[in-house]
Amino acid sequence: MKMLASTPTRVLAFLAALALHVGATAQDHAVPSFAKVDSMEARVQGCVTCHGQSGQGTNSGYFPRIAGKPAGYLYNQLIAFRDGTRSYPPMNYLVAYLPDEYLRDMAEHYAKLRPPFAAPKPTSVDAATLARGKALVVTGDPAKTIPACAACHGKGLTGMQPGIPGLVGLRQTYIVGQLTSWRVGERNAAEPDCMKRIVTRMSDADITAVAAWLASQDPPSDPSPESSNLVRMPFACGSQR
Amino acid sequence: MRKVIGLALTVALVIVAVLVARYFLQPGPMPQQAGAPAVNATTQVINQGEYLARAGDCTACHTVPNGKLFAGGRAMPTPFGNIYVPNITPDDETGIGKWNADEFYRMMHTGISRDGLLLYPAMPFASYTKVTRADSDAIFAYLMSVPPVRQANRKHELRFPFNNRELLIGWRTLYFKEGEFVPDPKQSAQWNRGAYLVEGLGHCAMCHTAINALGGSKESQEFEGGMIPNQNWYAPSLTSNREAGLGNWEIKDIADLLQVGVSPRATVYGPMAEVVYNSLQYLSDDDATAMAVYLKTLPKRDAEAPPTSQARLVDPAKMELGRKIYEKQCVVCHGEEGKGHPPGLPPLAGNQSITMASPVNSIRMVLNGGYPPGTKKNPKPHGMPPFSHILDDDEVAAVVTYIRVAWNNSGTPVQPSQPNELRKLLPE
Repeated sequence: MKMLASTPTRVLAFLAALALHVGATAQDHAVPSFAKVDSMEARVQGCVTCHGQSGQGTNSGYFPRIAGKPAGYLYNQLIAFRDGTRSYPPMNYLVAYLPDEYLRDMAEHYAKLRPPFAAPKPTSVDAATLARGKALVVTGDPAKTIPACAACHGKGLTGMQPGIPGLVGLRQTYIVGQLTSWRVGERNAAEPDCMKRIVTRMSDADITAVAAWLASQDPPSDPSPESSNLVRMPFACGSQR
Repeated sequence: MRKVIGLALTVALVIVAVLVARYFLQPGPMPQQAGAPAVNATTQVINQGEYLARAGDCTACHTVPNGKLFAGGRAMPTPFGNIYVPNITPDDETGIGKWNADEFYRMMHTGISRDGLLLYPAMPFASYTKVTRADSDAIFAYLMSVPPVRQANRKHELRFPFNNRELLIGWRTLYFKEGEFVPDPKQSAQWNRGAYLVEGLGHCAMCHTAINALGGSKESQEFEGGMIPNQNWYAPSLTSNREAGLGNWEIKDIADLLQVGVSPRATVYGPMAEVVYNSLQYLSDDDATAMAVYLKTLPKRDAEAPPTSQARLVDPAKMELGRKIYEKQCVVCHGEEGKGHPPGLPPLAGNQSITMASPVNSIRMVLNGGYPPGTKKNPKPHGMPPFSHILDDDEVAAVVTYIRVAWNNSGTPVQPSQPNELRKLLPE
């Protein structure tokens, strides 16, 4: 006669296996994998352990989702990393000796992808902070002449062609890091640098509030960026020219 | 009726006559000349100078990344402090605008600047001394032809006593031998061309010959490999078949590695990717092949004995951990048997750069990943992702040990302290 485990034990074992499986899939999208050696998919394996197999991002809060951002924005960032005008040593090193056309292809590759979003992480900030964040994103702060994020990054915050990134699917730590480095002048964009003008009007508390609210939003139904020049932007941006 | 036919015939005749006349009278394209039109002599010299300046990789040091061509200002960290590379644009005040070809040749040939100052050997004059007068003149003509940039040179920040240029007299006595390249009549013209490029403009010995505590390198140890100061990459020996010794390589594979950046045997990353990107990809096929022919004939001198079987013993648990990581993270590119998919995805089995005594480069690749340079013949290289945030020191040591030992590779195990040290460095 076979030894059968009791039902509760089997349920527990199944749940444990399921948990392991979920844990594994959460990591698997950051493991190198491709179908064909001579393909763009295989060529960009250099990106996947940080940005995920399809550019969806990984568990780490410091590595951004890049899938679906406008190709022009991604290209500008790759060029800036290569030429050292945007500083992040692991990226500067990886793309240091890659020509423009290849960086353009990489940008277009990721701009076309639409992988699913990870569920937003619960935020630890209080309700008042979230409310302040929402206000800044949706309506801005006229008293400080801070335009709404949505005015340029799109009503659905999915970005605008050709040069303005979507803010959906980004983590709080990443957004805080970028806004802070913009404010201290470590990160910058093509002149006139509209983001610089905006972020110098924001306090630390404003930055935390915006980042917390953005990171806690559910993903949009259509993550595609808006077309360019549908609206007039409140500040002139060099990256839109 | 006959009238109509006559008229039609006349009209047809006129049309034919017009067509025939047009055929013979229209000017048509310029008649082909026997050879290509002669290139203006000055253009020829400047083109040649540009080619040679690339072979010498002047831009790597004399241009700040994304900065103005040859305007200098780049900090060269050395074990003795920072050296700031000078402006070599033809600006009269801050560059070399007032130099003449004699002064330029003296600098290339002897390491003495226009004003008589002794140059620090960060300028590879110990190699450039081999450059011919004609080639030096062509490089000078090219440099004179680029846009002048007004940018004052920055003072070096060298520690005492190295800030005293008098010390260079001693250094020069020990390590500098002046003299143009002398062809070896027993070798082919192709071999001599390769030797001239490798030993002269290519200044390969700057990295591939070990640098000692005085910043000098011994000719007797030429091309025997060594750590590159301040870059923390290991420049493999070009003479040892255990490292990057090329004795058993095909000429085509050596030339590809230099000019394309990838080959069926190995791929360049790190400082060598920079050299290929800025310099070697612009070589003609003939020159790349000539360098390969010369490099292949470098005498085989294994500085170290192969590791003993004792040294190659690996803890089975470490090997198993390494194998598991390999199966999960590496196998998709490098294959079950470590054969890779060359030239895009390099082989690890039988790859000398994996098994050589120093594991530094393999560890750095696992930690930081890397892309080979995008070159004219390989504009879209495959890249390897970083694993520093995924694998801890034990895991990095295990997987590097695995690739150094598996598939009959002849490497030795790696200790976790090694990735631990290298992890602290910024990727570059």
